[in-house]
Amino acid sequence: MAMTDLPLATGVLSIGDLAGNRRRRGRERRVRRFFVAAALTSLVISALIVGSLAVEAGRFVLSVDLSALWTTGWFPREGFFDVKTLITATLIVTAVAMLVAGPIGFATAVYLSEYAGARTRRLLKPVLETLAGVPSVVLGFFALTWISPHIVQWIEPAAPLSNLASAGLGVAILTIPLVASVSEDAMSSVPRSLREAASGLGARRMTTSLRVVVPAAVSGLVAAAILATSRAIGETMVVLIAGGADQAQFTASPFQPSLTMTAAMASLAGGSDAVVGQGNAYQSLFFVGLMLFLITFGLNVAANRIVRRVRQKY
Amino acid sequence: MTVDLDSAVVAKGAVAPPAPLPVLTANDLQVYYGDFQAVRNVHLAIPRNEIVAMIGPSGCGKSTVLRCFNRMNELIDGCRVTGHVCYHGVDLYDPRVDAVEVRRRIGMVFQKPNPFPKSVYENVVFGPRIAGVARAEFDGIVESSLRKAALWDEVKDRLKASALGLSGGQQQRLCIARAIASNPDVLLMDEPCSALDPIATGRIEDLMHELKADYTIVIVTHNMQQAARVSDRTAFFTVEVSSDSDRRTGVLVEYDDTEKIFSNPSDSRTENYVTGRFG
Repeated sequence: MAMTDLPLATGVLSIGDLAGNRRRRGRERRVRRFFVAAALTSLVISALIVGSLAVEAGRFVLSVDLSALWTTGWFPREGFFDVKTLITATLIVTAVAMLVAGPIGFATAVYLSEYAGARTRRLLKPVLETLAGVPSVVLGFFALTWISPHIVQWIEPAAPLSNLASAGLGVAILTIPLVASVSEDAMSSVPRSLREAASGLGARRMTTSLRVVVPAAVSGLVAAAILATSRAIGETMVVLIAGGADQAQFTASPFQPSLTMTAAMASLAGGSDAVVGQGNAYQSLFFVGLMLFLITFGLNVAANRIVRRVRQKY
Repeated sequence: MTVDLDSAVVAKGAVAPPAPLPVLTANDLQVYYGDFQAVRNVHLAIPRNEIVAMIGPSGCGKSTVLRCFNRMNELIDGCRVTGHVCYHGVDLYDPRVDAVEVRRRIGMVFQKPNPFPKSVYENVVFGPRIAGVARAEFDGIVESSLRKAALWDEVKDRLKASALGLSGGQQQRLCIARAIASNPDVLLMDEPCSALDPIATGRIEDLMHELKADYTIVIVTHNMQQAARVSDRTAFFTVEVSSDSDRRTGVLVEYDDTEKIFSNPSDSRTENYVTGRFG
């Protein structure tokens, strides 16, 4: 049949026949708007937070004598805003936490994903999740009353009860489950066929784990490390209780008490009416908050870059 | 221990073809998953420098038997093997035998191409690297393995590119090159062409003919034409469903020269299968 023989469909249908149900199309539009609004909420909230942080932090930087940012301690009510005290203390706590939680969490993940049988895994995962559910207040007191005297003072007998190392170990306990579960998810999702390929070539379990599974899961492992670092930097209760928040002197020693950024904010904001009206103390809260935000934001950006560079897609 | 081949095969009621000294023999092999018996009473001898095909319907245990030859079944939870699999006269299931050592000599190619998410080069040298071969030898190993796998000309300019950028057929030949690079003695192939198109399949089959000179090959395949084309001997497996329960156990029905299996099989079940009346 030649093309010209095809009947031309003219005038059989009107536009109304194909317009569909108007009410349904309207509902579809409303549902769509609702989802867009939901997605925008977190964006708007983030923008508001950053905005309020930036405004008050800017006011702080403009009104404070800049030399007050580099003194010997953090005493906001007396006009001493030594930034390096807070940053050093935060770094020490985070470093201690990650040095402990990183290897333990990572090794736990390798064990769970590559070595443990199904039954062990079923037993161990809930235990890990329980550990993740321990309130940080509880861990703070545990760090102060048990970790400090039994571990830290055993290593360094001269250390006072409140010290950054105890706080760091407390934070480590909080972050181990996070490192372990995120890394374990990353490694478990590496296809079984890759493990079989490696064993088929005569690789031992450890070789398979370290040379095949870990490289294939590296993006997830980096994500686990970054998430845990962010969590450690942002952890407040443990450092407030066990780190010696009332000692805001600068120190570079993990065995001394000091004040982290989060603890500085928490201790200052405890009873916020006492904060307002005392010079720049109130604004300094936002300044520290902004620094915290920038650090974690920077970490996330760096993590994304690293992940993109080293990622092995499977 | 060594196995008396003739008696092993006669026990199954089949006539043993005159065989050169076998590389691998399965004697009274039973495989269980948990308390379920997956394979029963397998007796097989794989002669050197030949291609043995294992055919049969789904669930007949042919892949399971293949995986007994390099102890890959151990990686599956609850899998248990009894009986003997001898490799050059050594029982692979002797407790003193290290499965890792076995797998370095008996390589495996899988159903789905499974290159590592690394470069072509790194894929090929994986085996030699973990076996402690000197780095200075890597370049030579890469070239000779890829040449043997008929892949060299296609990838020689992109050895450092990711293996995942290759086509499915190229990936499977890379997996063969990777297996060869460890300098094995036997290659086990578990439906190596089932994920490939006919042209890629043809290349792999040609390749198997060439590899036969250096290696002993056991191939599991769903494709009877493939078995007829490439193999010297064929083992036909089938499923037996037990009458009192719904359990399905794989059994070896017949093992003979490929020509005989496809033209004049001794067992009617084999005949029904190869002529397409069953399965």
